Order: sequence, then C-alpha cells, then structure tokens
Amino acid sequence: MIKAILIFNNHGKPRLSKFYEHYTEDTEQQIIRETFHLVSKRDENVCNFLEGGLLIGGSENKLIYRHYATLYFVFCVDSSESELGILDLIQVFVETLDKCFENVCELDLIFHMDKVHNILAEMVMGGMVLETNMSEISTQAEAHSKMEKSEAGIAGAPARAVSAVKNMNLPEMPKNINIGDISIKVPNLSSFK
Amino acid sequence: MSDVVEKTLTALPGLFDSQTGAAKITNRLRQLVKSITELTSKHEEENLIKQELCAMKEQVSSPNTSMKQMREIMVRAMYCEMLGYDASFTYIHAIKLAQQGGVLEKRVGYLAVSLFLNEGHELLLLLVNTVLKDLQSTNLIEACMALTVVAQVFPKDMIPAVLPLVEDKLSHPKEIIRRKAVLALYKFYLIAPNQVQHIHGKFRKALSDRDPGVMASSLHIYLQLIRESPDSYKDLTGSFVTILKQVLGGKLPVDFNYHSVPAPWLQIQLLRILSLLGKEDQSTSELMYEVLDESLRRAEMNHNITYAILYECVKAVYTIHPKVELLEKAARCIGNFVLSPKINLKYLGLKALTYVVQHDAKLALQHQMTIIECLDHSDFTIKRETLELLFRITNAQNVTVIVEKMLDFLRGCNDEHTIIHLVGKVSELAEKFAPDNSWFIQTMNCVFSIGGDLLQQDVPNNFLRLLAEGSESKEEDDQLRLYAVESYLTVLKGHTSHLPQCFLQVMSWVLGEYAHLQGSVDRREVIRLLTQLLDQRSVSSETRVWILSALTKIPEGQTDLILHLAERLSSSQDTVLRQQAQELLHLSQDSQLHEWVLPRGAPWDAIEVDSSLSFLDGFVSEALAAGAAPYKPPHQRQEELCEDRALNLEPYSFSLPVSLSSCSITDRQSPTLLSVSSGLSGNSTELSQKAGSSTLILEGVKRVWGKDGYLPQKEATAPLVDEPSAAVQPPVQQEAAERTEPRPELSTRNQDKQQLASSLFVGLGVGSSVSLLGRSEAPPPRFRKKPRPHESSSSGTSEKSSGSSCRSSHHTTDIFLYGSFLEEEPATSKSAFDHTPKSTTANGLSQNKDTKEDKHANTSQIFGGDMVIVRPSTIQDKHPPSESSDLTALLPADLKDLPHSDVISLTSDPSLSLSSCRLFRDEALLLLIFISNCTETVIKDVAVQLTCEELKTASLRGNIVDCLEARSTSVCHYALLMDDPHTNVSFTGTVSYQTQPGHTNTLPFSGTLSTADFIRPLVLTTEEYGKLWLSLSHDVKQNLKLLTDAGDPLRTTLNALKDALQLHVVDIIGSEGIVACRLLSGAPCLLHCRVSGAALVMWLRSPHPALPDCILYHCQRALAHR
Repeated sequence: MIKAILIFNNHGKPRLSKFYEHYTEDTEQQIIRETFHLVSKRDENVCNFLEGGLLIGGSENKLIYRHYATLYFVFCVDSSESELGILDLIQVFVETLDKCFENVCELDLIFHMDKVHNILAEMVMGGMVLETNMSEISTQAEAHSKMEKSEAGIAGAPARAVSAVKNMNLPEMPKNINIGDISIKVPNLSSFK
Repeated sequence: MSDVVEKTLTALPGLFDSQTGAAKITNRLRQLVKSITELTSKHEEENLIKQELCAMKEQVSSPNTSMKQMREIMVRAMYCEMLGYDASFTYIHAIKLAQQGGVLEKRVGYLAVSLFLNEGHELLLLLVNTVLKDLQSTNLIEACMALTVVAQVFPKDMIPAVLPLVEDKLSHPKEIIRRKAVLALYKFYLIAPNQVQHIHGKFRKALSDRDPGVMASSLHIYLQLIRESPDSYKDLTGSFVTILKQVLGGKLPVDFNYHSVPAPWLQIQLLRILSLLGKEDQSTSELMYEVLDESLRRAEMNHNITYAILYECVKAVYTIHPKVELLEKAARCIGNFVLSPKINLKYLGLKALTYVVQHDAKLALQHQMTIIECLDHSDFTIKRETLELLFRITNAQNVTVIVEKMLDFLRGCNDEHTIIHLVGKVSELAEKFAPDNSWFIQTMNCVFSIGGDLLQQDVPNNFLRLLAEGSESKEEDDQLRLYAVESYLTVLKGHTSHLPQCFLQVMSWVLGEYAHLQGSVDRREVIRLLTQLLDQRSVSSETRVWILSALTKIPEGQTDLILHLAERLSSSQDTVLRQQAQELLHLSQDSQLHEWVLPRGAPWDAIEVDSSLSFLDGFVSEALAAGAAPYKPPHQRQEELCEDRALNLEPYSFSLPVSLSSCSITDRQSPTLLSVSSGLSGNSTELSQKAGSSTLILEGVKRVWGKDGYLPQKEATAPLVDEPSAAVQPPVQQEAAERTEPRPELSTRNQDKQQLASSLFVGLGVGSSVSLLGRSEAPPPRFRKKPRPHESSSSGTSEKSSGSSCRSSHHTTDIFLYGSFLEEEPATSKSAFDHTPKSTTANGLSQNKDTKEDKHANTSQIFGGDMVIVRPSTIQDKHPPSESSDLTALLPADLKDLPHSDVISLTSDPSLSLSSCRLFRDEALLLLIFISNCTETVIKDVAVQLTCEELKTASLRGNIVDCLEARSTSVCHYALLMDDPHTNVSFTGTVSYQTQPGHTNTLPFSGTLSTADFIRPLVLTTEEYGKLWLSLSHDVKQNLKLLTDAGDPLRTTLNALKDALQLHVVDIIGSEGIVACRLLSGAPCLLHCRVSGAALVMWLRSPHPALPDCILYHCQRALAHR
C-alpha cells in the first residue's frame, strides 16, 4: 500500500502532499521535513530507494523517489509494493502531468494544486494503484478541465478556440479509448458461486 | 502559415488569461504564492499566512461569498494546510461545498474533505448524506468522486451506511465505476473485514470481469486475502495462471502496454499472488512452473519495468516449491541484477540475494567479490542492504568479521532508524555466535555505547537476562559475569560523561549483582566508582535509581561510605532517590534484613511473584471498611470521564471488560519497571516469568529443501562451532582462493578484498552449507538459556494456581482475576486433554492398552467449543453420535420442564463416558453429570467429585453409585451457586470407579461455565424498573454492535441478547429499550439500551460492582458471534 505521496522542491518547500494514512498535522509536517532531509542529501548516482525514516513507520516502509529538475517526487510505500514498479509509477505520474499541463513545471503544481490532486486521485485511490495507463488517467482528468471550460461559458469561448486551433495540426486526437473485446477468460470460475 | 498560427497561439493565452474563469480563480492564490516566494524568513511567511487565513475566515463567514469564490478559498486553504498551517475553520465549508455546489465545486469540496479530514474526524458524519446522494447520482463524475472519498476517509462505523450502494456499483455498466467500487470495498475489507464477509462471492465476479482494469483492481483484494489464508484460495491458482499466461501472450489491448510490456503492474501482482499460493505446496507450485518459466523468458528486455517483473519472478521461484531448472534460471537472473551497473538493479539484486541465501547459501559465494565491493559503496542504502545480507550468512566462523563491519558502519552512521535496526542485529549475532566471553562483552559494550539510548529496551533486557539466568554450567556463567565486571570497571575508570544512560544502567546492574565475584577488587573501589556516577550531572534520575539499587546490593562492610551517601541523598529533591536512600540506610544497618530482602546468589526462579497482589487483601479491606472508594478498573474510570461527551464516534472495539495489559505489568520482566516501582527489587531480572522474546531464533528461516534436495554435497558434516575457527580449513576458503588464482596481476587492494572475502564467506561453502540450510539444527548458540523449570510444570499446575490466585484476590483485584482466567482458559482445557489418556495407565492397566490409547488420542476431537474431550475411536464406533441426545431422556421427571442446555460430552475412557447438561433453575444452576457404562460388565463404586473454586457447589444426589450395570447410565446432580460474577468459570472433577475389585481407576474431567448460565430474567414493570434504576450504584456504559441485518435493529439485537443471556426485555420505546436480569436469585442488573447511529449504547446498572462488566462481556460476545 502507498502510505504517502510527497512532492517538494530542491529547497524542501512542499508542492503536494497526500497521505493515505492518518497522521496528525504536526507529524505530517515532520514527515515532509524528514523525508526531504533524507532524500536531498543523496547524490544523483545512488539508487532511488531508501529505507523509511522513523516517523513514517521504520523498516516496514520504503521511500522511493525520483528527482526531476527542481522537484522531488517521493512515494512512501510499505513492503507489499514493488520498488521498480513504483519507480515507473512515478514516471507515469510525471508524464501524465506533463501531458495535462503541456510541459509541466513547478509553478503548474502550485497554481493547479486541485488539478494535480485530481490526476493523482485517478492513479492512486486510497493508497492502492488504480490506474497505470497514461491516456486513461488523462482522459479522466480531462473531464475535469472540460467542465471548467464549459463553466467558463462565453468567457471560455476563446480558450476553446485556442484548443481548436491547437488540435488542428494534430493528425488524430486520441478519443475515447475503446478497449474492445478482451479475451481474458477465467476458467474454473463459473463453477463457484 | 504555421508560423502565424504559432504566434497567435503564444499570444492568445496572454490575452485571455485575465478573462477566463479559471484564471481568475487562481488569481488570489497566485498573489499569495508570489508574496510567499518573495519572503526571506520563515517568520515572515508565518505572518503572511496568518493574515491570509484571517482574510479567508472573514470571507468564508460572509453570506455574500459565492460558490465560486468558496472554491477558490478552498484551494488556498489547501495550500496553507500543505504548508503546515491550521485552516480548520474551512473544514465545515468544504463539506458544504461538496454538499451544495455544482459538479465543479463538488469536486473541490470532496478533494478538500479528503485532504483535511481523517477517519476519526467528527465532521465526517455530516458528509454521509451527501455521499449517499452522489453514489446514487447518474452523473458518472459525481459517483466517481463519492467512491473516491469513501475509500479515502470513511471510518469503520460509517461503512454500513454506504456499503449496499457501493456493492451495487460492482454491476455498474461503466468499468471505471466498477473498478473504483472494487477498490473501495477492498478498503472496507482492510478496515472492517467482517462487514464485507458476505460479498466474497462478488469479489470472484470482479476477478472474472470482462474489463481487465476491474480484474486488476480485484487482485488487490486477492493478494490480501491470500496473504491471510492461502489455503482457502488454492482453487483459484489455475485462474491466476491463466490470466498471467494471457497477459504474457499479449492478449490484452495495446492500451495496457507500458513501454511495450503488457500490463507490467498486473504481472507483478499476479506473480506475488502465485508465490503466496505456491509456498510450501508442491501440487500448487507445479501448476505455475510453466508460466513462471515463460515469464522469466519473456522479461529479457532492457527496461526498468521488465526488471521489476523479473525480480518478482525470481522471488516467486524461490518461494514456491523448488524446481531445479527454474532455480538455475532465477539464479542467473540474480547474477544479472547484482552485476548490473545500474545501481537500482544492484540494490534489488542484493535484496534478492538476502532473500535467497536463506535457502541457498552458495549464491552468496558466487557473488562474494561484488558483495565486498558493495560494502564500500558510496551509497548508504546499498551498504545497508549488504550488511543485511551479511547478517543472513553469519555463522560462528565469520561472526567476528561481519560484526566488525557492522560496527564500522554504525560508527559512521547518523541515521537513528538505521542505528536502532542494526544495533539490534549486532546484539543478536553476538548472543548467538560469540566465540568467547571477552569478544561478547566487548561487542555488547560497543552496542551499548553506539546504540545508546536509541536502543530498544529489549536489547539491554535480553543481555541482562542472559547474564542473570546463565547457561547450564555455573562455572562458565561466572566467568562471563566476571569478565563483564572487569570490563565495566575499566570503562568506569575512564571518561564516563559521554556514555549513554542505558549503558550506565546495564553496568550498574551488573556491578551490583556480580561485583562480589571479583575478589581482587576492593568493594570500596566499586562503591566509589558508582557514587561518582551519581554525582554526575548528565546522569538521568532513572539511571540514578539503577545505581542506587546496585549500591544497595553490594554487601555490608562498607557502612561508612554507605552512611555518608545515604545521608547526602536523604535531602535530595527526588522522592524516589530519597526513598531509596532510606532503604539503603536501613538495609546497611540490618544485615539480617539485607540478607532476607536481597538474597545473594539466589537462583532466579526461586523467587515467586504474587502477581495477584493477594498480600494486599487485608490492607484493602481495611481501607474499604474505613470508607475508601472501591477500586474501579481503568476502562470504567475512563468511561465515566467520557460520559459527558455527547457524540462518541469511536466504536468500541470488541474487548474483554478487563484490560489485559494492566495485568501483565506485574509480570513484566523489565528491570526498569520493577526497580523504579519498588527500589528493592534490584534482582528483578531474575524474576522474569515469561519466556519473553528470545532473540536466539532467527526468524523467517524455513527449511524449504528436503533431504533429497538439489544440493548434492549435502552429506558433508557441518563444522562444529566449538572448534577453534583457525583449525577448520573449510573447503570454501580453498575454493575462493582457487577461483582467484588465475588472475595473476592482483593489486594489493584486491588482495585485501580477497582476504576479506575469505574471512566473510567462511563456513558458507560446500562442506558447511548444511549448517546454513538447516538453521534449526545449526550449531547451538553459545549462550543457551536454561530451560525454565516452572514453564514445563506450569501446564500441570495451571488450573490450581489460577484458581488459588483468583480466590485470594476476590474483591480487590477483579481485574487480575479476569485476566488470569482468560489466559488460563486454554491451558486448562489443554491439560485436561493431556492427562486424560494417561489416567488409566496410571492404575496399572496393561501396557498393550496404553499404546492403543495413545493411538486413540490422535483421533481426539474438539466438541462443542467449550469442552475438549478425548474420545477413543473404538467407543465412537459402539456409540453412534446420537448418543448424547438420548441422554436428555434420562432427565429426572421433576426437572424435565426446566430449560436446559444440550448434553455435552465431558470425557470418556474405555469403560466410562461422561456427559453433562446444565439445567437453569431460578435459584441455582443444576449441573447433571451422566455417567454411562460403556462396557458389558458391571462397574462398581463409582464416585464423582466435583470442585470449582469460584462457585458454591452442593451435591444433591447420585454422586456415589455402588453399582453401575452394563450399558446403563447414572445421573449425578450438582447445584451450583455463583455469588460473585466471573466471566467464565471452570470446574474440574474426577470419577473413580472399579472395574475389578481392588483396581480403582480415576477419570478426570473438566469443563467451563459462563456467567450466562447463571443469569436469570428479572421480570418487573417499567415503573419498578425506574425505581430500581435510581437505587443502583455501579454503572458501566459502552457501545455495542447493532445487528442491522433485519428490519428493526434494536428489537433484533435485544432478541439476540435475550436468547443468548436469558434477559427479560421490559419495554421497548422508540429507539430505547430496557432490559433486566439477575444473577440467579441475587443481585439484579438493569440494562438500558439506546440506538445511536450504527451502535447500541448500553448502560448497565447493578448493586454488584463486577456484574455489569461480566454481562457486558457476554453481550459483546453474543453479538460478535452472530
């Protein structure tokens, strides 16, 4: 299970914090500080895994992090998660952010905190990985921005125009992903109630 | 043209930004962030945020604030909260936003709720209706949001409210909803497993969902379920294998690919599930060999995520029942990991090795040079993992080198967590493999001085226990102790100010106990060193207590020093110290008393602890007579404190009415606790009663490999530990040397490494691999603890001791009483189990019969939950199972109409079988014991004796039968009265009989009764109830589970209780019900029940202090077992 997802910049300023287990507010802040402290002093050429600090639960938990330009993305997970799997999950998360924000940067995360949280909610739900498919995540998250635009109404028209122009050059927009007929059959199952 | 478009594009956002709604919303936030980034100090930031929060507060409470503005405020509040500032005033508005806003506002509202509120927050109650509404909404997004918030914050007691709706969502046409519903249910399962018991079938449906995403989500649940009980899901193995096969075969749509690997995360999950299923199960493992092989083969691409799959695969291969080819492939994979230049892979390789060496130590040998390199790696994590690996391969021969490496690492480490973790391992290794006394003591000195006060308390405790209890040979023990004393004296003569408190405590204890062993050192010197410590400012008051008790133990003769010290301390600020100083003074003056209180060299098990504190009985009854308030157990006190709280959202966990923890305190072996509490009990480590957590066992070491395993060299014998390591020339050393020989140009540095390798991996080689594989039979630990005599005897005497201790502490310490009862209960039944088959042999029956009996014992079964009986199969053959029901026909005519329980078998032997039946008479419980003669001969002089410490027993008739005809049954009546309520009571008894004249056989039996057997309905009217209620003094209040499965929860619950406990339901008015009962014809107990949310608030009153607790306990049980 994922216990917490933290994003902070090179100076330790939190940019996003999401806890899937309950900690008091003070502890949460301490965890952020401690994690930053642990992660920031590591070189670039060392591995991306760390055994958790004291606060977040000791040896049961691991910190898995990636460093992108000015930001650290840290996932704190327990032993039931695969290290490399989470490492790639971070990659998926960042790529999705990049897709949704078009060249994501630190400021995007600050000014669109709610949006980032919503994207995250499509990926991880209650500490469990829900979706790892980038286009699926962004489709779900896009539903949000669509609402926002339609809400903007007339004022939003120019924005729609912009996106229309932008889309003009694209050969084909990925529309609703049609999963189609999946031939996964689970034999033996029908015999059970 | 594209240039033009480009330009327009870049210009457009700037033009529109200020106009779009979205931009406006972030405006304030933008300002805030901007001003924060301009600040230079933390203090300024604080001020600014406080200002901002004030402004927000105003805005929030103004009625003119629109929903849109509110949304913007919420985002700002989230930002402030993230920075660590309290914005709790917005919480209620977040809920309001989720309740009233449009979809967009709702979204922000829900998000804010899930960020702000935790599972225990009381405002969550206000959200339930909103969530219910949204779960039913046809709008996909709303439903999604509701599911997300349910999975994030919903607490246990609110789950029943939403459960049916979430369940319905499992058959929703949209897969995204189904998927989220599955995860929400998984979350419910984690919080409250019994509430989703009934939908396990639906999980299976989710597993076979046509959408792979839903199936993938359901794997979360199965992973958890299978981890808890692998055996119940073995039947699904085939399905999981098929799924994995199809995933590998690329049957999934391309959407699921990640870097052209099909659904990697799904594969990882499946591999984990498979490894859990195949663990120690050959037939299941065989099902998955093929797919694992394929997995290993397919995952040979060079991407991060394929390595993730590969790693899981390797782990699975090593977890399940071994197959040689797969193991070879997996070993090769591990090699790739370890040798990889990519540091992440190296880390995983080390982890895999750590996992694998438990099964196959050879692999570590193959990679020894890499491991040595990793030891000096610049990465902290890698180093640590390497040490972990070394820890696993430690044996008696390489222990010094490995421990040295660990200590080196520790000295340069400043991460608290790592220190605690590693120091524990060092001490474990030292205890297990220490080559000699001096090394052991030195290593432990390092452990204490490095670990210091970060150490977990069990490290010093174990160490002291080891010293105190010693091994079989007294001589060796004394040597060890002597060495410890010497080494500590040296340490104390040096600088002591930097030593951690914990180390000082250990030293002072050892000096106090064993300084007398050291003949050459002047006692005065010891006293002087210890007093010196007392004077140091850095020494904590707890340590002072330790030092003082050590001084108390150093024997008489140095009165002048002691007197001086005691005088000085008698004016100390610290009351504990002052008290100890007084004790010290008295003891030093009265050598007889000293000898009596602190017997020198008394064996640790000679001292008995009266954990029931029965010696205080007199004192307590005097105090009570003098008008002192009776003792109330902590939970009762707490409840009384909480009574004013209107809304109690914390569901009470299903617990016994007694806190066991408070009971165990007296049994604790921690020297700290005892010496602090009494000051006299410096010998306390000797008192330890429990086995405690012996660190001598290496956990997780399992023998996976059979004798015919795949290591052909296994026949070689393991080297003995006792042999000096230099004398043993293990083949591996040669092997290592041979392997490196071909390389002629070895730098000296490399040679160093070679040397290190040979010392590290000694004992791991071909010859000695056996000792490593079979850790269980591996060299005996050097410091073996003495077997505890009273542990072995305890099973026999447990009934008695529990009984007597309970009796002696009747009124004063109910709390201990229940505690010990509940703990003893299994032991009692077990002991009955144990000696039943033996009883006949004791009386000189033929040996032949004896062996037969033993065989029968294997077929013993557990009947009726509360009784354990041993029933030889021969008897079972002669008597069909319906036997016991026939016995009810034997009830005397005058008793036939009384309500009675089922007939339960108590015990039996080849000639007699005993069953019992409880009859509920108003004023007493009648216990009928049916004695059936199973033989074809007459049995004479049958006499039944029944004892029960807690109950008044009276034999009515039939306990002596002169002559029991063949195949007949005699009934023996007992009347049992319960004056003081106990949650459970056990009775024991024996039947003696003669099959042949002069040969008396005895057959012991035992059973348990619960308070429920002694509860009788109390019939009264509502008015009488009201009057009685006011006159009663002792009350207890607690929340119970409400049975919600039927239409009227209150009535159902009360009926359930009535059935289980023979209560009388006086009246039910609306959501309240009143119930009455009594203890036989004695003390009444009134129950007042009120429905509050999903719980039943129960308020009990009775004139008897312990009765409500008992009844409550049984109510909880009755409801929990429904």
